[in-house]
Amino acid sequence: MIQLEKVSRSFTVGDQQVAALRGIDLNIAAGDYVSIMGPSGSGKSTLLNLIGLLDRPSSGTYKLDGGNVTELDDVQQARVRSEKIGFVFQAFHLVPRLTAAMNIELPMILAGIAPAERKKRVEKLLENYGLMDRADHRPDQLSGGQRQRVAIARATSMHPAVLLADEPTGNLDQTTGKEVIDLLEQLLEQNVALIMVTHDPVIGSRAKRQIHMVDGQIISETGSGT
Amino acid sequence: MLFPDLIKLTTSSFITYRMRSFLTGLGIAIGIAAVILLTSIGEGLHQFVLAEFSEFGTNLITVQPGKTQTHGSSVGVLGSVRPLSLDDADALRHLPYVENVNPGLMGNSDLRANGKTRRATVFGEGHDFAKAFTMKVQSGSFWPDADDGQARALVVLGTKVRQELFGGQNPLGSYLRIAGQRYRVIGVMEPKGQILGLDMDDAVFIPAARAMELFNRPGLMEINVSYRAGADVAAVTRVITDRLKERHGNEDFTLISQEQSLEVLSSVLDVITFAVGALGGISLLVGAVGILTIMTMAVTERTAEIGLLRALGAQERQVLTLFLGEAMLLSALGGLGGLVMGVGIAQGLHLLFPAMPVHTPWLFAVLAELSATSIGLAAGVMPARHAARLDPVEALHAE
Repeated sequence: MIQLEKVSRSFTVGDQQVAALRGIDLNIAAGDYVSIMGPSGSGKSTLLNLIGLLDRPSSGTYKLDGGNVTELDDVQQARVRSEKIGFVFQAFHLVPRLTAAMNIELPMILAGIAPAERKKRVEKLLENYGLMDRADHRPDQLSGGQRQRVAIARATSMHPAVLLADEPTGNLDQTTGKEVIDLLEQLLEQNVALIMVTHDPVIGSRAKRQIHMVDGQIISETGSGT
Repeated sequence: MLFPDLIKLTTSSFITYRMRSFLTGLGIAIGIAAVILLTSIGEGLHQFVLAEFSEFGTNLITVQPGKTQTHGSSVGVLGSVRPLSLDDADALRHLPYVENVNPGLMGNSDLRANGKTRRATVFGEGHDFAKAFTMKVQSGSFWPDADDGQARALVVLGTKVRQELFGGQNPLGSYLRIAGQRYRVIGVMEPKGQILGLDMDDAVFIPAARAMELFNRPGLMEINVSYRAGADVAAVTRVITDRLKERHGNEDFTLISQEQSLEVLSSVLDVITFAVGALGGISLLVGAVGILTIMTMAVTERTAEIGLLRALGAQERQVLTLFLGEAMLLSALGGLGGLVMGVGIAQGLHLLFPAMPVHTPWLFAVLAELSATSIGLAAGVMPARHAARLDPVEALHAE
């Protein structure tokens, strides 16, 4: 489903070119469980942002569901993000002004889905993620685990094909972190491709495919996938 | 994104930043209130002045001797012009459209009766005077038609003159001396008050022919023609002009229609209203700067949120719409508050000082609200574009 071919990404810092990614080749199928590990600055997040269409490669091609998505314009890329990609972030990134329910509803609001359908989906998600009694709470009234559950509910509200998680447990204690990982792994049953960037080798090792990156390159892939 | 959702999302930030949004809205509100207040006073003045000028009715055309040239100086000044005579006035009486014709001139003279003397305005008029000027006779009447030419010594009194010279007694039938000549009182006018600074009550009215003699004038100062309501001014003007040209051989007179002068006056007053409104607009500009400031801050503060929205599938256009919508809504709400404030202050002033005319036309209110909204739009463009063009990856990591 995801095909990266010789993808590179370089940034200009001052008057120097810094390569964040160098010639990445990567194929990920629907329902794959991939963890990306590596030291800081190894290009994990850049790779995730590229897959999530938040960033464009400097060279190489990225095909999503067979179509070359690097050539799409802003409107088309936004549509692909809306329909196929879900994000979960380390810092949760909930909108502080909105209730948990509204936060979950947000991607559907942006996509222009009818209110009745949205309400149905939000209620189902609140129930699935055990947030029924937290629906009208604002993020600052929620615990870290609850916030991340809201964020996961939000990421799945549009039924994405790919879920990108950037250090999803980074701001959580170990127990809560494990709960969150369990929730993410449940998505695999729906044939969602789960791609997770993490520092934590314990969490990373749970993935079927474990990709190790150093200096913008994939140095090894271990696990039972491929 | 659906419209109700846009409203829901934008209002959520007003609720969070209550004080800040209130103060920014207040900036616009004060601007709108100033515009509304000033234009209300301007418009009130406008209506007041027009009412004052149409006190004599609006279906009036005044003929004056001398042709006013585009240079503004009248030939009459040089004296090479035929004066308007009573015969000229009579000649207009039977023209189409014409209802009343009134020859007129005025001056000042001593009045004496009952051993008291008073100096007052003396109007030399025709028998149709009261009808032509929509004025009412309280008791008695004006002299009959046939007397115009013969000019008997008859006088109609203004209420003040009557009060001062005759006190409580009935003046009808009594005699009054004007510059030594004896006039018989045949009527008293209803009180009219001051019109354009001229006290119509401190005056007496005598036949025009008499007044010409009294003031030693060769002709009339003006002929006032009242025409049927609804008649076309241009047509009336044409028949009068044709008739007088026929008599004078050339156009040595000037026609001024009340309707046209009211139009000119009205447009001058419109300019004044517009000018004071523009003055108020300056404070509206200050309000706009407030919106610009607050939106710039909002974009900076919510950079991470903008990144998130992009990640969740928002297009640049949607981010732009959200911030523009917020600026516009804030401004529109402020404008609404300003409308209430402006109209409230204007009406309050009117209650405190009843002599002060205020009037707020609906159109002004709608225009003010529209301009508040467009000011919000204009002030929001820069910050909103900035928000829309943020790089999503960088925005997400801003904290």
